[in-house]
Amino acid sequence: MEPMRKETTEYEEKTDNWKDIDPKKVKQEIMEKYPPKVARKRSKHFVINKKVDDENYTEIQANVRTIPGIISQRGCCYAGCKGVVMGPTRDIINLTHGPIGCGFYSWLTRRNQTDPSTTPDGHNFMTYCFSTDMEEREIIFGGEKKLKAAIQEAYDIFKPKMISVFATCPVGLIGDDIHSVTREMEKKLGITIFGFSCEGYKGVSQSAGHHVANNGLFQHVIGLDDTVKEGDYKVNLLGEYNIGGDAFLIEDLFERCGITLISTFSGNSSVDHFSNSHTADLNLIMCHRSINYVADMMEQKYGIPWLKINFLSAEATSRSLRKIAEYYGDQKLIDRVEEVIAEEMPAVEKAQAEIRPRLEGKLAMMFVGGSRAHHYQELFKEIGMITIAAGYEFAHRDDYEGRHVLPKIKVDADSRNIEELDVQKDPEKYNPRIDKKELEAEERHGVRLKDYEGMMPDMEEGDYVIDDISQYETEKLIETYKPAIFCAGIKEKYMIQKHGIPMKQLHSYDTGGPYAVYKGAVNFYYEMDRMINSKVWDHIKAPWEKSPELSAMYAYE
Amino acid sequence: MLLRHTPKEITERKALTVNPAKTCQPIGAMYASLGIHGCLPHSHGSQGCYAYHRSTLTRHYKEPVMAATSSFTEGASVFGGQANLLQALNNIFTIYEPDVVAVHTTCLSETIGDDIPQIFGKARADGKIPEGKFVLHANTPSYVGTHVTGFANMTKAMVDYFAKPAEHKENRINIIPGWVEPSDMKEIKRIAGELGVKFIMFPDTENVLNGPQTGKFAMYPKGGVTIDELVSAGSSRGTIALGRLTSGPAAHALDTKCKVPCEILDLPIGIKATDRFVDSLRKMGGVNVPDSINIERGQLVDIITDMQAYFYHKKVGLVGDPDQLEALTEFLVSIDMLPIHIVTGTKDKKFEKRIKSLTEGLPCKVNVKSGGDMMLFHQWIKNEPVDLLIGNTYVKYISRDEDIPFIRFGFPILDRIGHSYFPTVGYQGGMRFLEKILDALMDRQDRDSSEIEFELVM
Ligand code: SF4
Ligand code: SF4
Repeated sequence: MEPMRKETTEYEEKTDNWKDIDPKKVKQEIMEKYPPKVARKRSKHFVINKKVDDENYTEIQANVRTIPGIISQRGCCYAGCKGVVMGPTRDIINLTHGPIGCGFYSWLTRRNQTDPSTTPDGHNFMTYCFSTDMEEREIIFGGEKKLKAAIQEAYDIFKPKMISVFATCPVGLIGDDIHSVTREMEKKLGITIFGFSCEGYKGVSQSAGHHVANNGLFQHVIGLDDTVKEGDYKVNLLGEYNIGGDAFLIEDLFERCGITLISTFSGNSSVDHFSNSHTADLNLIMCHRSINYVADMMEQKYGIPWLKINFLSAEATSRSLRKIAEYYGDQKLIDRVEEVIAEEMPAVEKAQAEIRPRLEGKLAMMFVGGSRAHHYQELFKEIGMITIAAGYEFAHRDDYEGRHVLPKIKVDADSRNIEELDVQKDPEKYNPRIDKKELEAEERHGVRLKDYEGMMPDMEEGDYVIDDISQYETEKLIETYKPAIFCAGIKEKYMIQKHGIPMKQLHSYDTGGPYAVYKGAVNFYYEMDRMINSKVWDHIKAPWEKSPELSAMYAYE
Repeated sequence: MLLRHTPKEITERKALTVNPAKTCQPIGAMYASLGIHGCLPHSHGSQGCYAYHRSTLTRHYKEPVMAATSSFTEGASVFGGQANLLQALNNIFTIYEPDVVAVHTTCLSETIGDDIPQIFGKARADGKIPEGKFVLHANTPSYVGTHVTGFANMTKAMVDYFAKPAEHKENRINIIPGWVEPSDMKEIKRIAGELGVKFIMFPDTENVLNGPQTGKFAMYPKGGVTIDELVSAGSSRGTIALGRLTSGPAAHALDTKCKVPCEILDLPIGIKATDRFVDSLRKMGGVNVPDSINIERGQLVDIITDMQAYFYHKKVGLVGDPDQLEALTEFLVSIDMLPIHIVTGTKDKKFEKRIKSLTEGLPCKVNVKSGGDMMLFHQWIKNEPVDLLIGNTYVKYISRDEDIPFIRFGFPILDRIGHSYFPTVGYQGGMRFLEKILDALMDRQDRDSSEIEFELVM
């Protein structure tokens, strides 16, 4: 009898020779499938990473409209505004003005955790879906009357302190003026009420909605409450959505470092915190794409500088804490931060030493969001894994290439319909937190302010950087490389897994998390080990598929 | 409390929907389209809607849900979506190579007023729809009707586009299963097969949305009704349509277009509705009911008679879609339970009347609302508590707050598996349903009974 062959998964067979694959050829083969016009467009979004000079990487096309018929993973402006930025705040009534679907689908489907016991009134409307449920009558005769009545009813029943209204596609088309309605109702009811013109067709993705949401928060909420809180180092955390409890870990870390968190936009968040956020002295940006507008505007109006930080991976967390401490330049904080890092690192190093040998050299791909596809690469690096392909769904060029390309980005018609607010210094509340020279030089104590270098410099030459990846491209990459893990969103989840490859959602974390800061990093290491080294994938082939010949019969003879 | 702001006191709302018990048309159309073999559903509108619909169906089935979109931007919203759809069709047939593209509209393209058949005509003339490939469409504005309507419209479109009238009728019937799970569609086919009836079923999502893990992804899985079968539906001798709202329109269209007479029945949930289904199959198919089916029926009756004590006069709150709720209400009443709060988000004139007549004679007041929402449902429960809740995943917030046992049934189910593999239709589905009811009630009894009254044998 023949000796039993050791089972090898397809991935293991391929693991060594992926380096021999020529990315240019792969790209060419993919593009050949497309009609010529589509290929021309897609090839600008599908680039092989390359440093072209001291400052610049290959130019990538981003934030332009998706080609009709191409299966993309993008969502709409409404999703970015209502779902992403405004959704995670518990004590505001978010009222969708439109037919029922848009509101229904954005009801509780993101895993933003919140703890209402930390605000005195205990309000929490995040478990609710509020909609005007427009019907044909409103489409024909206009929906303003119904919107007004809905706001009144919401006020009468729930007595919220704030109501915001979201416009969906048909609302823009029929010309309902949601802003005049909200202004009227604000006057009538005496609470803050405002609207977002976030019709789904605006812009080219969720990104437009982030911008609209930033504008709305800035105009209507930030700055309402001037109470100055106690604390030596007062910061806002921007672009942290508390998926799976990430923000809770960051809150805890800050507290231990002696950093006072005034507000988080928007995770475990309250409008009370937003109202007061202009009293902080530094803004920290996690997700650059979704929230940099608020940071810029707060700097212009109130004189609050901003820093790009990242709390995903142990390395990045230590780096970010040191950056904050360096920025303040206060020895007490510098020392405290070092103590906290020293307390945290042993557990992290122990976990790395355990997990790394089990994952070293394995491949990851990630296509998600507007920041995470960058941030998570460092987490993978800490366990020896290699990210060979990454990209965003709705980012702009600066998220890939760095903010120095900002002046070079052409604003097209699709982006022009998103309002850029003209922000001036507030005559009373403007108060530059640092020396004017430092603000102008965008640097303090050697720490660069307002700086984000983007994803590309952190990737190797020859890696794939792909914007708004299509279903077809995803499949081809998977077939070519058989990565050990693929990270994206819910729509891709089971398509990837049907290929026999574990898939991690990096929007929602599936049901996992938290993955932020040190404890979260350790969670993530174990999570990757659980997913990649699981035996469940071995069951895919039945024994008779593995060896179709009837060897068992021979044994009897 | 999760729904801490819901007051017990009910005030009338005219404009505000809170916690809807329905969603929009296109998702139903997308689900129905996936029941055509080799079909890529296409959403003619902005990409946001299709992203939401795909996500929701994906979460419900834990399966790939493929679809495309016309990706409207502001320009298309002003000038109409013709250029987008033409380009989309060309790209889809070139890159993703489906046999069929099923287009549904969204609120946006409906408000603009795009004329899909005219755009199809142009696409054909321009050679953007290759020879031997098919397109169909349904208008699915969400400001009219609900997800239920969208499913019905796309199912009807299958008839409108493909069914071919024929003088000579074949010894075969059509079965339109309504919006049920892939597992239910499989069970309906099995029952018809047991009876030896030849049939065509559409749509059919078995083997599309409950596919096996094989290590190979198939963009177009094995299942689904073929275009040839849809064409032949016009030469069947009759149609059994399950679900007044989801299947009725397609069945009537077949009758009008191809003179195929139809019987419109309830979804075969529970003993009586399954009896009617089997009886219709028998009569329309000209066959006898085999013993295998009689045994299944007898087993279901056996469970009911054995366990009647646990069902008797237990109060139940139901929320879901009209076709499901009508069948389920009848089932619960037939086993001596008391469905007392019944809400659907779908507005339908006949619904409330039907439920009233099904619950006539029950020794308690029955609240029923078509066009209601889950907040109203919750308020009714606060005012008159129940022993059991049945509804989609969102009901779990009410279940937890009010500490009431809960069975997941309907759409969407985002937090459990089972619905795509195990049916609730037919006698066997009825048995599974009863098992779920009993597990929920008896687990609760085990949890709540005092140590003195705790029972080993139940
Ligand atoms: S716009 Fe209409 S079709 Fe799109 S998600 Fe909203 S309700 Fe549904
Ligand atoms: S694209 Fe428009 S209609 Fe569709 S979900 Fe977004 S806002 Fe709603």
